[in-house]
Amino acid sequence: MSILIDNNTKILTQGMTGNTGSFHTNQGLAYYGTKMVGGIHPKKGGEMWKADNGTELPIFSTVAEGKEKTGATASVVYVPPAGAAAAIEEAIDAEIPLIVCITEGVPVLDMVRVKAKLAKSKSRLIGPNCPGIITANECKIGIMPGSIFKKGSVGVVSRSGTLTYEAVFQTTQVGLGQTTAVGIGGDPVKGTEFIDMLEMFLADDETKSIIMIGEIGGSAEEDAAQFLIDEAKKGRKKPMVGFIAGRTAPKGRTMGHAGAIVSGGKGDAESKIAAMEAAGIRVSPSPARLGTTMVEVLKG
Amino acid sequence: MNIHEYQAKAVLKSFGAPVAEGVPVLSLDDVQKAVDTLPGPLWVVKSQIHAGGRGKGKFVEAEAGEKGGVRLAFTKEDVLANAKQMLGHHLVTAQTGPAGKQVNRLYIEDGADIDRELYLSILVDRESGKVAFVVSTEGGMDIEAVAHDTPEKIMTLPVDGGVTEDDASKLCDALKLEGTARTDGMKLFPILYKAFTEKDMAMLEVNPLIVMENGHLRVLDAKVSFDGNALFRHPDIVELRDKTEEDEKEIEASEWDLAYIALDGTIGCMVNGAGLAMATMDIIKLYGEEPANFCDVGGGAGKEKVAAAFKIIMKDPNVKGILVNIFGGIMKCDVIAEGVIAAVKETNLAVPLVVRLEGTNVELGKKIIADSGLNVISADDLDDAAQKIVNAVRG
Repeated sequence: MSILIDNNTKILTQGMTGNTGSFHTNQGLAYYGTKMVGGIHPKKGGEMWKADNGTELPIFSTVAEGKEKTGATASVVYVPPAGAAAAIEEAIDAEIPLIVCITEGVPVLDMVRVKAKLAKSKSRLIGPNCPGIITANECKIGIMPGSIFKKGSVGVVSRSGTLTYEAVFQTTQVGLGQTTAVGIGGDPVKGTEFIDMLEMFLADDETKSIIMIGEIGGSAEEDAAQFLIDEAKKGRKKPMVGFIAGRTAPKGRTMGHAGAIVSGGKGDAESKIAAMEAAGIRVSPSPARLGTTMVEVLKG
Repeated sequence: MNIHEYQAKAVLKSFGAPVAEGVPVLSLDDVQKAVDTLPGPLWVVKSQIHAGGRGKGKFVEAEAGEKGGVRLAFTKEDVLANAKQMLGHHLVTAQTGPAGKQVNRLYIEDGADIDRELYLSILVDRESGKVAFVVSTEGGMDIEAVAHDTPEKIMTLPVDGGVTEDDASKLCDALKLEGTARTDGMKLFPILYKAFTEKDMAMLEVNPLIVMENGHLRVLDAKVSFDGNALFRHPDIVELRDKTEEDEKEIEASEWDLAYIALDGTIGCMVNGAGLAMATMDIIKLYGEEPANFCDVGGGAGKEKVAAAFKIIMKDPNVKGILVNIFGGIMKCDVIAEGVIAAVKETNLAVPLVVRLEGTNVELGKKIIADSGLNVISADDLDDAAQKIVNAVRG
């Protein structure tokens, strides 16, 4: 078991012929033979794309055609910001079950439109502005470095890309390894929130513990903490370690991620840490001690 | 991206929102002409800076007088006298920091007879993922204080794809609009929504929205910021950017597509990824020092971009040491290492530098740094890196 993706997941790449899409489709193929099954380009349908390892993948004009011909169950979007929302909408229309949008810099009002469409659809969107998902030793969607993963027992969910890598790297170093790691993205309006991921990790038998990495801005961490409190009352609980980035960030400034801003006294690190601790999460003050803190928590 | 009040009002006016007549002036020579085009008998002279709290602000210079950054004038001579006092001087408000901001532009506006002051803003509500109106009858004051003291006086209304009659009615009710004001409100709310969505605003704040003595509504103050990610489709808005309002280093960084924010500490940071960049600032603080900046070089930075980031960080005279923290996913550590080495040589770096590299091609990156013969302190992990740079700046 794992969550969201495994070695049966078949993936279409939207924006495969660009530099980023091309590079990471190759990286996907190289990660335990992740089933990259084709790419989408409106003007290059019918052509073939050749991977570094010699594999040839078909290019389709539309997502619907790609899904029909390959049986794809997921798509990954590397389309530049101006066209990213339209690419996601096309995948929603084609009823792709899992859409992962890596693109950074999608206009927020485009995401408002996408979110309304998602609510009425059969698709789940991860991102945008996220590093993607890896299920260790099975499947890689997105841009995370596969080399730092090790098959194991920790589920990782994070708003930040590179902090996801920290959590993965450190849990590998201490020998725990990961089931699945998911970067949900740093934008204010996104497809999937912490609560959705925590629900999946709680339900997954292989995931024995969870690392959750938040950052300043919004109230997703507080909402997640309340969810965990409610689930714990039903007897669903797993050991958790947390971290919140942005304790030292000045108010009123957007810290790189469009979603990372403390405004109107809301969304600061202290209130998030307090909420997470109240939900039984051990919040590490240092981003360098996520792995070792998890070892301590598991020792009890 | 932020714009000035007078620019925001011009944008809103182009959508049909009721704003007062006004003229922006950039120099004293323009004041007389501006004031002659306005009927009087009351004029308002408003400092144009990208910061709130102007009315309650105070000028640094004594010759600017005791009054704040927004002044009433009852004669044309009075307008000129106040403009003279304000232009070129530094206004300190709750949002500017103690040095204040130089007032390079004024907005001279027709005065209004105010009956009631209301609050209205539009933003993207992240919880619902929808555009939302926030309104309150308690306008003209600090809305954060209202939110804190009397949250029941604030109503948030998310809307779906447009302002319906029902939505507009609810907003009128919340603002207690009757008669003429209600008729105006039913027209105004859809106009503001249209302006917000068509121009990709991040925030539109009208504080106060006033009911005048004649019963009509008017946008008395307007603060607008735009979604930086959507500027590519609004060249007209990009034209409104006033670079004198921004930090010089931040402007240069934006030209390199670097996310850089100047801060007050002594340790310069260069990191890939916004979350890791914030976490790096946090860990510096954890070990007792303060970061000099936030700097995210992004996922796909090349050698030149890394070198540019380095130089921008070094422009801050408070920087006593630099911490480079890269976890390469897309970014390759050897590319980073080469960029850092090039920048160190070019800038004749005289402060301690700690480099922590992890991820793709890490061994090669570490070797490039070790072989460079430069005085660069290598760190094994983030904890190690933070301790080393803190110790280094303390000497």
